[in-house]
Amino acid sequence: MSSRDTILQRLRNRSGGNLTAPNCDFSVLERPDWPVSERIAMFEKNIESVHGEVHHCTEETWLDRLAEVLSTRGARNLLVPKEHEIGLKLRSAVEREDLPNLLIYDEPIESWQSVLFNDVDAGITSTRGGIAETGSLILWPTADEPRLMSLVPPVHVAVLYASDIYTTFHEAMQVQDWGAGMPTNALLISGPSKTADIEQTLAYGVHGPKELIVLIIE
Amino acid sequence: MSETAEHSPHHIDVKEFHPRAQAAIHNPKIRQNFRKAMDGLMTKRKSAFEGWDLETLRDLGANIRLRALANLPDLLEQLEQKLTENGIKVHWAVDGDEACRIVRDICKARDAKTVIKGKSMVSEEMELNHYLEEQGIEALESDLGEYIVQLAGETPSHIIMPAIHKNTDEISELMHEKTGTDLSHDVEYLTASARLQLREKFMNADVGVSGVNFAVAETGTLCLVENEGNGRMTTTVPPCHIAVTGIEKVVPNLEDVTALLALLTRSATGQHITTYFNMISGPRKPDELDGPEEVHLVLVDNGRSSIYQDDELLDTLRCIRCGACMNHCPVYTRVGGHTYGTTYPGPIGKILMPHLIGLDEGRHLPTASSLCGACGEVCPVKIPIPDLLVRLRQESVDGDKLHPAKVRGHGAKRGAVEAMVWKGWSWMHAHPGMYRFGTSMAARFRKLQPGQIGGWTQYRTAPKLAPKTLHERLKERGQ
Amino acid sequence: MVDPIKVYPAKPSKVYFFGTCLVDMFYPDAGMAGIQLLEREGIEVIFPQDQTCCGQPAYTSGYHDEARAVAMAQLDLFPEDWPIVVPSGSCGGMMRKHYPDLFKDTGHEVKAAEVAGRVWELTDFLLNVCHIKLDDLGEPTTVAMHTSCSARREMGVAEVGPKLLGQLSNVNLVEQIRAEECCGFGGTFAIRHPEISGAMVSEKVDTLVDTGAKAFVTTDCGCLMNIDGYAEKNRKPITGQHILSFLWERTNGKKGDRS
Repeated sequence: MSSRDTILQRLRNRSGGNLTAPNCDFSVLERPDWPVSERIAMFEKNIESVHGEVHHCTEETWLDRLAEVLSTRGARNLLVPKEHEIGLKLRSAVEREDLPNLLIYDEPIESWQSVLFNDVDAGITSTRGGIAETGSLILWPTADEPRLMSLVPPVHVAVLYASDIYTTFHEAMQVQDWGAGMPTNALLISGPSKTADIEQTLAYGVHGPKELIVLIIE
Repeated sequence: MSETAEHSPHHIDVKEFHPRAQAAIHNPKIRQNFRKAMDGLMTKRKSAFEGWDLETLRDLGANIRLRALANLPDLLEQLEQKLTENGIKVHWAVDGDEACRIVRDICKARDAKTVIKGKSMVSEEMELNHYLEEQGIEALESDLGEYIVQLAGETPSHIIMPAIHKNTDEISELMHEKTGTDLSHDVEYLTASARLQLREKFMNADVGVSGVNFAVAETGTLCLVENEGNGRMTTTVPPCHIAVTGIEKVVPNLEDVTALLALLTRSATGQHITTYFNMISGPRKPDELDGPEEVHLVLVDNGRSSIYQDDELLDTLRCIRCGACMNHCPVYTRVGGHTYGTTYPGPIGKILMPHLIGLDEGRHLPTASSLCGACGEVCPVKIPIPDLLVRLRQESVDGDKLHPAKVRGHGAKRGAVEAMVWKGWSWMHAHPGMYRFGTSMAARFRKLQPGQIGGWTQYRTAPKLAPKTLHERLKERGQ
Repeated sequence: MVDPIKVYPAKPSKVYFFGTCLVDMFYPDAGMAGIQLLEREGIEVIFPQDQTCCGQPAYTSGYHDEARAVAMAQLDLFPEDWPIVVPSGSCGGMMRKHYPDLFKDTGHEVKAAEVAGRVWELTDFLLNVCHIKLDDLGEPTTVAMHTSCSARREMGVAEVGPKLLGQLSNVNLVEQIRAEECCGFGGTFAIRHPEISGAMVSEKVDTLVDTGAKAFVTTDCGCLMNIDGYAEKNRKPITGQHILSFLWERTNGKKGDRS
């Protein structure tokens, strides 16, 4: 008999008999329906408490703010999505001198892995929303914004629309109907990469970005 | 590890608990490192749950896990079906050895030379690193704590913070000696050095191996909880990702994950959430530009289906591996994780390991508790750990004729002398006349009481018998 | 763990007193103090002379047959429906929480559950059933308190001791750090794992001494024996007393019924 069948048979022929499944009441996860302003404030407070940086912008000002953020960090280049509006807008502003070189992730990673790992200073991605209660960003990487964009460069800039901030993870999942099907990879990101493995002292950027910058567009 | 194990046993002898405990207790560095860390973790946990209806949340966590266990075989099949539909290949292993062989075979098929690992306690349980090394495959840990422990040639001393037994000085010296970093106490510098060393490894690794925190049957999704990003690297950069997990980790719905995640991170480290919550539902699609070409899941039984048979022991399988029980355990805090000599230390280890290694080999584990109940009080899924400790104590001495023992190796601790002592004790206390006679004699001849009573008087004065028992005093009072 | 909801009975005219073996042999003063406190509240105290031990030592050591035989001998001692009060969280916890498990599948299940449902930890009973009001007659003093793990976690009475001490106008209660941590007693644990138990009690004594109090009180004789015995052997400047003895002495106007 295969191991699969052995295991399943042992579980099915349980000597203690059938088990009864208890009901699960999720109402303890419910929160009042906070207004957007309160959700923004809560999101900001929580993500800042884990070393995330928040900038409040509008459709008109986010490019300026991004340029500022990147230039203070001396970023030489920025990895941008190819098709997403964010990438299009950045590329249409290519004549701006305060923006670093724009790079596009349009080839399989194998062909340029060492460049991505060694020479890219920052990446910018969209988000599918935010979670106020935990200060989290929801990312569903796509062919246009692959997984490593938000992971490998030392600075990750995320664009978040204030209207997409949910109160809880539970709410976000229900509203966006995640149960209907998941992408190959989905992520919650709450702050930059960190570790406390050396005597519980926090250090940032151990494997992923050292900095997480959120541009909230209101 | 049984003698039939294909690879040589690597872990420490569990039976040597006592001498190791003694050594740890007299090692001020170990005592300080653990006390400081555990105090911090307890405080953080407490504040992380402020404003929550924690009892109700823990009830929900317990019910989610119980519901999953109630439907375990069906859920595993559903999970397998969904994962297969998603392009993830599912393997089943009855024990750690078979799981190791499955990983090896996947590696060999790809001609893999190096494996990079995200943190996985099940792989520790399998002793996978050791096995792969024997097979000529380099296995490198990428979680900073695991990396440090691996550099030192040790095993993790805590399931969440593997290197918690070491302080910065020790880690600095270790990294200097093994990797040539400067002798520095700057944690940022040490972390940055590890980043550099490990980035190379990520780029060149042929296979990534990770654990799984929750496997969701509904969507065929593997969830990973982490702060560093090494878990994401491990599961994204190498062309092949192998996830290994215990069969109990499956939950029916994505919704379940929201509650368990809220409990897990707060209980473990006092975080509202970890930096990354990574949900993997498939390998790279044809149009995608990164991610592994192949994803595998190895479902490991290794004793779990035996635990599953018994209604009471079943609660052991609710565990979501947060480590709160060890953080709050006064014994773990004093002796540290290595004293246990087991993959899982602390209270959860004491109730889980006897099933994995047999109650004969693990017979000292359930006794190493004052049954203070702190573990059960903080467990996010309400595992009645103290009750399970008592149950395993009963099993280890075959102490209940009405409820015969079931765990492999039961009865190994039953000694003729001790059993006789309890029989005598029981007889006397079941015969009130004898009891009153005995206790009143003891009171009368209390001066003859021995001044030394084994381990007790090593640290304390002997208890002092009163001149008259309460029975006698009340009798005199006419009661 | 703690009962989800504790429903206190109305104050009865009579109670059964289950003294526990440690009180019986080592701390009968604490038992007498408990009885006198109850009597002062107008309650008649019935002490079945045939009581011995709740069975816990054998139970927690895994010898359940032996524990059951001892527990069985206690089950018939409480025929009337009066509450059973116990001057110990640990023995109270054994009877209230573990008797139903111990007698599962024995034919005594119903009786064990019935007895268990009437078991109360004595300080909890004084405060929440008798609604005791304490009039402090003692000199000003400072004490610390150690609530036993079973009193805290099995019987859910962590708040009770401090509330009772709070009624004493001349008593300054100070709290040690890590108050909720185990003192290291744990019954046979202290014998089987003397080093670990010793390390635990030494830290417990240090935190108690650090409060500046010269005395501590506790709900359980096991903890008392452990903490006090360590302090005595190691000449630490603190001594312990059962909380019932302390409460009786403070409110009785003279040194308790000591012999």
